[in-house]
Amino acid sequence: MSGRRLPEGGNRIDRTRPIRFTFDGNEYEGFDGDTLASALLASGVDVVCVSPILGRPRGVMSAGEEEPSAFVEVREPWFEPVVAATMVELVDGLVARGRPGVGVLPTDPPPTKPAIHRHSHVETLVIGSGPAGSAAAVDAADRGVRVLLIDRGPDVLEDDAIRSLRRTTALGLYDDGFAVLHQRGPEHDTLWHVRAGRVILATGAHERPIAFADNDRPGVMLAGAVARYVRDFGVLPGERIVMFTTNDSTNEHMGMLMDAPASVVSVDAREGGFVVGVDGSPAITAVRLARPGGQTRTVEPIDLVAVSGGWNPAIQLARAMGVGLRFDERLATYVPDGTGPDWLEIVGAAAGEGLPDAIPLWSVPADDLSRHFVDLQRDQTVKDVLDAVKGGLRSVEHVKRATYIGTAIDQGRTSGTLTAEIVNTALGWELGAQGPTNARPPYVPVPFSVLAGLDRGPLLLDPVRTTPMHEAHVERNAVFENVGQWKRPRFLPLEGEDLDEAVTRECLAVRESAGALDASTLGKIEVVGPDAGVFLDRMYTNRMSNLPVGSIRYGLMLGLDGMVFDDGVAMRLAEDRYLITTTTGGAAPVVDRFEEWLQTEWPDLRVYCTSVTEQWAVVAVAGPDARDVVEEIGTDVDLSATSFPWMTWREGTVAGVPCRICRVSFTGELSYELHVSAWHGLHVWNAVLDEGAVPYGTEAMHLLRAEKGYIIVGQETDGTVTPDDLGMGWIVNPSKGDFVGKRSLVRVDTIRSDRKQLVGLLPQDGDLLMAEGTQVVAEADPGPPPVPVLGHVTSSYRSPTLGRTFALALLTGGRKLRGATVYTPGRTGPISLRVVDPIFYDEEDKRRDG
Amino acid sequence: MLLIRCPWCGPRDEIEFRYGGQAGLTYPADAEALSDEAWADYLFMRDNPKGPFHERWMHTAGCRRWFNAVRDTSTYRFLATYRIGEAPPG
Repeated sequence: MSGRRLPEGGNRIDRTRPIRFTFDGNEYEGFDGDTLASALLASGVDVVCVSPILGRPRGVMSAGEEEPSAFVEVREPWFEPVVAATMVELVDGLVARGRPGVGVLPTDPPPTKPAIHRHSHVETLVIGSGPAGSAAAVDAADRGVRVLLIDRGPDVLEDDAIRSLRRTTALGLYDDGFAVLHQRGPEHDTLWHVRAGRVILATGAHERPIAFADNDRPGVMLAGAVARYVRDFGVLPGERIVMFTTNDSTNEHMGMLMDAPASVVSVDAREGGFVVGVDGSPAITAVRLARPGGQTRTVEPIDLVAVSGGWNPAIQLARAMGVGLRFDERLATYVPDGTGPDWLEIVGAAAGEGLPDAIPLWSVPADDLSRHFVDLQRDQTVKDVLDAVKGGLRSVEHVKRATYIGTAIDQGRTSGTLTAEIVNTALGWELGAQGPTNARPPYVPVPFSVLAGLDRGPLLLDPVRTTPMHEAHVERNAVFENVGQWKRPRFLPLEGEDLDEAVTRECLAVRESAGALDASTLGKIEVVGPDAGVFLDRMYTNRMSNLPVGSIRYGLMLGLDGMVFDDGVAMRLAEDRYLITTTTGGAAPVVDRFEEWLQTEWPDLRVYCTSVTEQWAVVAVAGPDARDVVEEIGTDVDLSATSFPWMTWREGTVAGVPCRICRVSFTGELSYELHVSAWHGLHVWNAVLDEGAVPYGTEAMHLLRAEKGYIIVGQETDGTVTPDDLGMGWIVNPSKGDFVGKRSLVRVDTIRSDRKQLVGLLPQDGDLLMAEGTQVVAEADPGPPPVPVLGHVTSSYRSPTLGRTFALALLTGGRKLRGATVYTPGRTGPISLRVVDPIFYDEEDKRRDG
Repeated sequence: MLLIRCPWCGPRDEIEFRYGGQAGLTYPADAEALSDEAWADYLFMRDNPKGPFHERWMHTAGCRRWFNAVRDTSTYRFLATYRIGEAPPG
């Protein structure tokens, strides 16, 4: 190959503005308007990269997004791991190097180009500003329609009545006229989210190659691309050219190339001429020609083979929206068949209009097809395709997955039709029996940094929710855990403490003096209206309508399938007003289901639900000294057990601010939950800690509740657990009327006696801590697999209060196993576990009143 | 991304909505009177037609109201959306 810049011509470049760039460590010069590919061709660079699997030299084959061959990594001005050289616009200081078709991300990532996201609503979006797209845009604008016209290149029609974007590629089309566009700018990129009433696809057509021996060599190019380099960039890629064609589209190139000047030999497959192969490496030096049945003859010197196998409409974007294809015998390719969504229209070459008739020629016949390349980027040949068919594959979708043809960056734009027809031919099927594989968005590679836009660094897509006391936790060096979107202190270590030491100290504080938990993340819903009680009776397994004002009741909610869905307490604030609490993760699902039932099944009930989770901060003060702590921070509420009993609430002031105090306990100890306005949360938290309450985290909370056998929904339950499975049949009130899940509790399956039931487990070795999720079996030596499994450990802790480890587990027929020994396989032999009731501490509830 | 016409708010992006499965399944007035089989049928069995399907949607990130829709499952297209209590068009 001897590519060079012609002294004249090139309607896209500005010869007054030279641009210096570096490729593979060498400095070159091009012009403003060049692509990296055109500048490399102009500089006589044949080999751009080596192929990823076979290591063969590869040069530029096309002039656009269909490029399957010349891939580079761009280092400056912005890093791109792998991109076609045909898609890189030359800019000052560009530094690039050849990169086999697989990119490598640096471990120390360089800065990426900034990107923003924008949204737009238009009446008509026109994709492609060639003749057909521009005409469609003008036509729509003339009718007063708001038009957005985009083109992937630097040129786009400019018209006062049309909004147009250049250097903008449609990455994907989605339902109802939704399009995602990537606009490349000098300083930043823009990702457009466009909703269009109508989309006009004018994406043109791609020329297809023909497979022959060593058709991947630098110097084998698409004919239209050769013409474009001459016309647009003033670059002649080769001086001695063979034009191998199946159609008339090459006719107009002949004169231009001869004028360049270059010598051109035409090999027309319609007249029986074939290029059977090329010689030379890395770049070609000679071409072998043949006529069917005739002798092969070598023509040399030759430095360029310009190939045209015909043209394929570029309708990948439309196919993802369900547009079908039909085989057009005159064009020897697939065109849209008119199906698809009514908001989408395909015009111009993309619709098959104006394309040249071509004869079907996918691969030049030969005995050895192992160097007839179909997909250059995947290094796959005609032989590879035929091997896949011989292996029994018939669908091109299967061949694609066996060979990876069409899965590279170019998505098979040059290889798709070839592969489909080689498969059809091999199977003895007619042409067009099955079309090329489907391409999916993104149409061209898009950097993740563009998809991320401004959502970088700590500004993650998922919001972080913190309680009003968060800064106090941070100051205390709390170790946080994520509970849904919430950050909750898992434990709050003193200097030098590890997890176990901190949790031990926190637990003992609650059992022996007083601890404080930030319980603000509890879901809280106000349920208001004359029928609130009736409604809650239908949502909980127990009765809430007869709850006196001032009282609190624990409740379970089930799914319609009878499985535990959520738990919490209901406080009756007034005759027509309840505040219910949910698990932290259940806050949104519970209010969702309340609204669903109220709107869809019981619109007659006069009930409103309001989420107030974030309006209330909650400080749980727990421990034998809890009463003293709350009295010390100052309250006008009589805290004595007789006037303020268990499971009631009182309103008053605490630490000088309005407060609702609840006598509920998740630890078994005397507890006061202080519900205050979120604004006062930090103030009350600090006041409680100032009076000596020890802050404790979720890890201690989990341990303390497990000692009492209190379940956590989502830990002891997994959507397959009924109240009875948990030993909580006492909370199901079948006499109160219907409630959600009631009917399912008497299904054949839910009343089996061998369901998994909640039990306690005590490892024989009280120092041994089982992992949660550990499988439990009945026999010490269960024999060869399959081993019948009794169940699994749901919670497991080392209790400082009990001085030993313990666990909760769901075991088949578990309640009948009380007192029995079960086992779990350990690394050094079976571990013995004693089955006990799932309560380990203060079985008589003597401690809750202090 | 589908463009869904909320009967209260007008056309909005799909991400504002939650799918609610088949429409027109009424919670039994007397669930306890149902056989296990009839209850399981209500609980688990749903139509799965190719073509128009009556289904429920909720405008979760908007007015938070449930509404009904007729959607063609083979094209995803919404043929109609209508408020609870209204008859399906056509």
